[in-house]
Amino acid sequence: MRDRLIFASQLVFTLLVAAFLVVPAGLSIVAGVTVNYFRGIQSGVTLQWVAQVWELYAGTIALSFLIAFATLAVTLLAGVPAAYALHVRGGRLSRAIEELITLPLAIPGLAIALALLLTYGGFSEFRRSWLFILVGHVVFTMPFMVRSVMAVFGTLDIRTLDEGAASLGASPWRRFRDVIVPNAVPGILAGSLMVVTLSLGEFNLTWMLHTPLTKTLPIGLADSYASMRLEVASAYTLIFFIMIIPLLVAMQMFADREQAR
Amino acid sequence: MVPRHNGQGRHHVISHRRFVWLCLLPLAVVTAAFFLLPMARLVVTGAEGPRGLAGYLAILVEPRYRATLINTVLLAAATTVVTLIVATIAGMFLQRHRFPGRSVLIAMLTFPLAFPGVVVGFMIILLAGRQGLIGDVSNHLFGEKLVFAYSIYGLFLGYLYFSIPRVILTIMAAVQKLDRGLEEAARSLGASPWAVQRDVVLPALAPAFVASGAIAFATAMGAFGTAFTLATNIDVLPMLIYTEFTLAANFATSAALSVGLGLVTWLILALARSFSGSAVAAAG
Repeated sequence: MRDRLIFASQLVFTLLVAAFLVVPAGLSIVAGVTVNYFRGIQSGVTLQWVAQVWELYAGTIALSFLIAFATLAVTLLAGVPAAYALHVRGGRLSRAIEELITLPLAIPGLAIALALLLTYGGFSEFRRSWLFILVGHVVFTMPFMVRSVMAVFGTLDIRTLDEGAASLGASPWRRFRDVIVPNAVPGILAGSLMVVTLSLGEFNLTWMLHTPLTKTLPIGLADSYASMRLEVASAYTLIFFIMIIPLLVAMQMFADREQAR
Repeated sequence: MVPRHNGQGRHHVISHRRFVWLCLLPLAVVTAAFFLLPMARLVVTGAEGPRGLAGYLAILVEPRYRATLINTVLLAAATTVVTLIVATIAGMFLQRHRFPGRSVLIAMLTFPLAFPGVVVGFMIILLAGRQGLIGDVSNHLFGEKLVFAYSIYGLFLGYLYFSIPRVILTIMAAVQKLDRGLEEAARSLGASPWAVQRDVVLPALAPAFVASGAIAFATAMGAFGTAFTLATNIDVLPMLIYTEFTLAANFATSAALSVGLGLVTWLILALARSFSGSAVAAAG
């Protein structure tokens, strides 16, 4: 009897916490398709707000995807070889470098953005282009790619694979391309999902780095929260949910598969 | 045959070392140009104000900045404590019991993980804003509309929203690794359920508390998006840095303040990591 009482009270508590997280998201989805949120859902269901968001903010969505995939390309090109090098080299210096590139995770995005503005804000061509935001996203997401690839190398005996291929006469570049990278695929995929998800949702850095002509989706969201009616802001948030939830589900599936292995 | 093979092997060793260095090059260039150099610039700028190096002390000496710092630390501490309590109760329950709908419940508790701070701010507006659910309910019940989204209480709620999913995941992973034999042993020795929790379970979870608590604390110290969405006049450090930089164009002060903020969050995470032994990163 006592055990059941404890079980029930814990269940109720957990349900309340879940409600705290889910109810506002549900409200926002409902508000995004309601004719008049103040009068409630009885006022009718509509897609006019979604259409209005599309009209006003389609550009921000396109730019967000452009920046997310460009960030992915840069983190892949710089991060995967670096993860390999850091793993193979080992030792103090490698750990120090790993530590250094992980630093952006521990420093608020606002500080990194200020640093970039103070250093490169004077180069007005660069400052005005979307590349300026790209640079911020690369710095912020790089540690996720490097670490996720290094984690896979940690579970493989990469040295033996590498030496085996070397003894067959393969050049370092061919070994990297044909042996190392294929073996690192799970880490590369997990890292890529992280990088794209983080880039699509990044606000702290981007708010400082953007210009009126380089607005990303989260910037547009903040804009609509400040100046649009609640229904439009909600419809915009709904579009964001639709974009981000498949990525989240994919990440969760990855994590589950890793755990099962 | 043998000497030739040896010679070839040596050749490979040398070019392989060069190849490894080459692999590091793109990352080194990106990090140096877009992280190290800007950070150095930030630190230098912080000392270029009218007060020089003493500008770095302003955060402690100047009453207005000090009040903001205290405010921010208190808010972050409250967020951490409440998040840990909530997440431990829920996480322990979910990891220890199997019941229908459990995986749906876990999914509901972790799906806000990828929400940026701005979206979290909007969630709080929908809960406690002018057209919010809490205001509607309180209006029905007491005839008075309760609206607190745009205050520090709204920000506190936002940080809870942000931290609970992360901390629950860490706690659940830690509970899974607990040795249940120890609890059985304590119980068979006559310990009450409460004593088992206090003396066996909670101490074993300490590293998880430190690691996830540090993340919650550092995130709440440095997060900007939620505060920005809720109100520009909430008195916390990131908002102060933002207004100093954009409205007052006070570059030296905002640089000094953000170096200070970065040092604090980095130190907390580094301490937590040396204590708990696992990798810890802030988010948001």
